[in-house]
Amino acid sequence: MSSTIALIIIGVAVLFIIGIKLLASPKTARLGNLVAAAGMLVALLTLHQPAGEYVWSQGWTLNYTLIAIGTLIGLVIGAIGAYSVKMTAMPQMVALFNGVGGGAAALVASLEFFKRAHGLEGLTPFFAVTMLFATLIGSLSFSGSAIAYLKLEGKFERPMTFPGQNIFNGLILLVILGLCGYLTINSSASQATTAFGVMFLLALFFGIAMVMPIGGADMPVVISLLNSFTGLAVAADGFTINNLSMIVAGTLVGSSGTLLTLLMCKAMNRPVTNVLFGAFGSSGGGGKAGASDLGGKTVKPIQADEAALLLGYAQQVVIVPGYGMAVAQAQHQVRELSDELGKRGVEVRFAIHPVAGRMPGHMNVLLAEANVPYDQLCEMEAINPTMDRVDVCLVIGANDVVNPAAREDKSSPIYGMPIIEADRAKTVIVMKRSMAAGFAGIENLLFYKDNTRMLFGDAKASLQTLITQLKAS
Amino acid sequence: MDTNILFIFILSIFIGFEVVSKVPSMLHTPLMSGTNAIHGIILFGGILVLADAATPLARTLGFVAVIFGSANVFGGFMVTDRMLQMFKKKKK
Repeated sequence: MSSTIALIIIGVAVLFIIGIKLLASPKTARLGNLVAAAGMLVALLTLHQPAGEYVWSQGWTLNYTLIAIGTLIGLVIGAIGAYSVKMTAMPQMVALFNGVGGGAAALVASLEFFKRAHGLEGLTPFFAVTMLFATLIGSLSFSGSAIAYLKLEGKFERPMTFPGQNIFNGLILLVILGLCGYLTINSSASQATTAFGVMFLLALFFGIAMVMPIGGADMPVVISLLNSFTGLAVAADGFTINNLSMIVAGTLVGSSGTLLTLLMCKAMNRPVTNVLFGAFGSSGGGGKAGASDLGGKTVKPIQADEAALLLGYAQQVVIVPGYGMAVAQAQHQVRELSDELGKRGVEVRFAIHPVAGRMPGHMNVLLAEANVPYDQLCEMEAINPTMDRVDVCLVIGANDVVNPAAREDKSSPIYGMPIIEADRAKTVIVMKRSMAAGFAGIENLLFYKDNTRMLFGDAKASLQTLITQLKAS
Repeated sequence: MDTNILFIFILSIFIGFEVVSKVPSMLHTPLMSGTNAIHGIILFGGILVLADAATPLARTLGFVAVIFGSANVFGGFMVTDRMLQMFKKKKK
């Protein structure tokens, strides 16, 4: 490697690291993304082959035409996807982009595997293992992301389970690993192609089997995990084709993604194994755990005019948004309501649970789109100690993240999860379409509290009524 | 294999942990999206593999890999920028 290329690679790595670092603060986040993109552009322009010669100075062949066309097609698909997607569907889009990245990583590793296996030098076990790893992880990230996308789109959101599922999945994984072991030793055998094909298909199937039993509510964790998987697959590809920028970039994503996944699980107070191997889905009876404690309690409905009155004469209001707000596309109405209350001297804050919505920060993105200033957005830890002084807590389409069962009901599957303690406010108004249980399938004790009122109906329409009522009074 | 590469790999793991540990949860979605774009560097893997492709099958699969990688990297950065653009707007 020439020293010029080494310097460029160092520069690219520094740009990626600074980029991620700047993404950590709201003020510099956009710049951070651009810095990382600049790093990518530099790396692309100076793309070199393992031996050191620049790819772009090789003379034009059919393959280069294909590269140009393929890159252009990807660019157009990416741009259309990125700019046409609604803010509420952002998580799905990230899942898709992650999936195709994983697919690319798997294809690169497979092609390299066969080229090397039949090449003159043959394949050392180390490279065979890295390539098989990239193929396995990349393809399961591809199919897993596709399922995560479909689940977020509302297709088979419920966990899909059957008895012995974990054992079944474990057996598939064993077969995959067995095939990998065989291929490591016999990379150039005549049956290697068949074994590789079977391994590839099983890995795709394993991605599906792994994500199917996980409920839609846990998709943030899954996408984050698959994101770090793709990063690792890319790093492994970097090892196989001896490209340092890919190793550094892939590893950065792999490790930061792993930490992000763990942070998200920590916010839900569940170990990552519990999310992945289905406590919610497979425990079956757990879904109705809270029901027996309800006794004869019923919910108390409230009409919009009364709710408007409560809000208008409150001093402190906390709004807890959830996935229901995203579904109803009600973020602009929420902002309008908060502005209207602000004009009347009501102090309005937004309580954001780390795992509200379908991705961490999902609510922040939506509220930012509706121009809610950040200083009104508070994290769970900041809101909870002040909850006793809050006059009205307005829950808009949030469910599991405000369920006091997490504190009170030891038999509940969400017991121990940190929640926004909405029930401690003087009055709680819950906006909800119907009495259906949340994604976790757990009865919400909050709805049956004495200080809770239910405002049924579509969140957007109800908010509009509240705004009209407030303006009129 | 060059042990220097292993050294870089290990250091990258620690840097990845370090840079993310201080990110506030409100920025988790853009961060996930941004790191998602960074692993779009797999486009380069696709380009390098396709540049050397010699059979029609290798060309086809390499071509698909380039399309996938390109969608990942360009779409990833654009969608992240769009997300963050929303964060930047302040109340009038």
